Amino acid sequence: MIEIEGITKTFGEGASAFTALDDVSITIQSNEFFTLLGPSGCGKTTLLRTIAGFLDPTRGKLALDGEDLLSRPPYQRPVNTVFQSYALFPHMTVAENIAFGLEMLKKPKAQIKATVDEMLDLVQMAPMADRKTARISGGQQQRVALARALAPRPKVLLLDEPLSALDFKLRKEMQLELKRLQHETGITFVFVTHDQEEALTMSDRIAVMNLGTIRQIGGPRDIYDHPAERFVADFIGDTNFLQAELLDTTGEAARIRLGSGAETTARAAPGGPGAGGQVTVAVRPEHAAITGAGGALLPGTLQEVVYFGTDTHYHVDLDCGGRFVVRVQNQPGHMQPREVGARVGIDFAAGIGQVLKD
Amino acid sequence: MTDLSTIRSRRETRDRWLLLTPALVILTLAAMGPLLIVVIYSFLTPGDYGGVEWQFSWTSWFNVVAERDFFTEELKLADAHLTVLWRSVKLSLLTVILSFLVGFPTAYFIATRPAHKRDMWMLLIMIPFWTNLLIRTFAIMQLIRNHGTINMILLGLGIVDEPVQMLYTEFSLLVGMTYVYLPLMILPVYASMERLDFNLVEAGYDLYATRFQVLRRVIFPLVKPGVVAGSILVFVPCLGAYVTPRVLGGGKQLMLGNLIDLQFGQLRNWPLGAALSLTLLAVVMVALVFYVRAIGREGESDV
Repeated sequence: MIEIEGITKTFGEGASAFTALDDVSITIQSNEFFTLLGPSGCGKTTLLRTIAGFLDPTRGKLALDGEDLLSRPPYQRPVNTVFQSYALFPHMTVAENIAFGLEMLKKPKAQIKATVDEMLDLVQMAPMADRKTARISGGQQQRVALARALAPRPKVLLLDEPLSALDFKLRKEMQLELKRLQHETGITFVFVTHDQEEALTMSDRIAVMNLGTIRQIGGPRDIYDHPAERFVADFIGDTNFLQAELLDTTGEAARIRLGSGAETTARAAPGGPGAGGQVTVAVRPEHAAITGAGGALLPGTLQEVVYFGTDTHYHVDLDCGGRFVVRVQNQPGHMQPREVGARVGIDFAAGIGQVLKD
Repeated sequence: MTDLSTIRSRRETRDRWLLLTPALVILTLAAMGPLLIVVIYSFLTPGDYGGVEWQFSWTSWFNVVAERDFFTEELKLADAHLTVLWRSVKLSLLTVILSFLVGFPTAYFIATRPAHKRDMWMLLIMIPFWTNLLIRTFAIMQLIRNHGTINMILLGLGIVDEPVQMLYTEFSLLVGMTYVYLPLMILPVYASMERLDFNLVEAGYDLYATRFQVLRRVIFPLVKPGVVAGSILVFVPCLGAYVTPRVLGGGKQLMLGNLIDLQFGQLRNWPLGAALSLTLLAVVMVALVFYVRAIGREGESDV
């Protein structure tokens, strides 16, 4: 279990000071695939480097299984990193790279050899064991970096956007592979990425970060279906934002009146206002349906139809102002051709919308 | 088709030689020519007032390593020459080691500064290098002579009772040559250090390597080409050093360069001077071949 408590990191001093991490607190469970997700510059890599020991925080506490980590240099922390650039030692072979950590820990020769062989098998690199790392492909380098970091059996594996240099197909493969490795080894993975899809696919839990702060922590489904605030809703997936009037709140259900005058229920914002005033409601494009104009929650005019292969996007200009995008999956035989300029309506079920905190 | 392409390739070959001609002429006249003269002179008899007499003789080559006793005609090793040769090689190697010990941390320091400050540091390293060699050597002399800065401080602090003799010793030559040739070590080491991916250093720390282990297992192997280049750049001019041993050795600590000068100057034995020059060249070549082999082996395994 990693306990991150009130970690703050400030670079520079005086007027040019920059706060990369602002009072960040997270508890990461053992065996968890935990993802730090956010745009570049949000502090996710800074947090990762702090856990690894390459940076000292200005303030805060960091403990692993109850033991303080901040007082230890990086080479005494049972934590290994897979670097974004892989950082493989170019003067060593694949096998020598994997053996490096074990040699530094002064493990017996026989054990090192056994572990290296095991790791080579695990990442399917055994045939390349004696190659120099410059002479293998990017995907293979990625596997070696992973094997090198896993070989010393760390308690925590830190991964700094390890898939960002791979092409799309290889990336999909490696995502599954990483998930498999995490499952097989039972090591806690802390994964940094700016790719929301990657985060949703792989993580047990996600912490969404922005400007050095944690915006929301939760499971992928939680984060996607119930974003707490505008930033999270906007950053993860596509979202329609609707202005609405909050009538009252009962438990998790908030009764709202949309701009069109129609009333429906949406999920209340945790810790948000209970009743009264204007709120923003987020609705995912695929959670809404496009219907005829009569009787729909939001009537409007179809402005654009964009075909995407797997699905079609309908851009609708609402009568009450603003634009709404509906995503409909394409199924052969179920296509309803709609003309641009036609009167249409947008419907979504009660409880689908999410009231945002801000 | 075949004829045309043959003609074209022939013309290309001819053009290539034509373009190479100026370089070849200069090389022949400026490098091969003088060297050839030195080789020829080394096989001639010395003239009475300098110069040479056109009479073939092995004597000067023989005299490089051996001499005949003036009275007994007994054959023995030329102690004086061998001492100087040994001192040259020894001091040059020591200078290489010393400038590595000083230059490596310096290069590391500069390479780890923020990018915009590195140029300033390199400039500070280069400024003394652009100063006249003689002036720099006399500056060192001022520091280490009996009534120089260091001795005055030592005396003033009561650490020693009488000045420490540093000038005119091998120590003074070592200090002088290290000071003079240090930039030649720092430059290539810095060049390879600057290209070093410092992620690798972090990866080393991350994989439980201590500072020293990271230095030995990660940084050093990667900047080794720079260290080898720096070692050659320091070793070669040290071996032929003339001004530094002349000034700081005070005529007592001769090196090969001074011995050669002596033969062409006061002793008026041009053939022996020529033979000694070629001996120096041979030592340098042997050292270079040794180094090139060492890098070559490294390079092969790198590929």
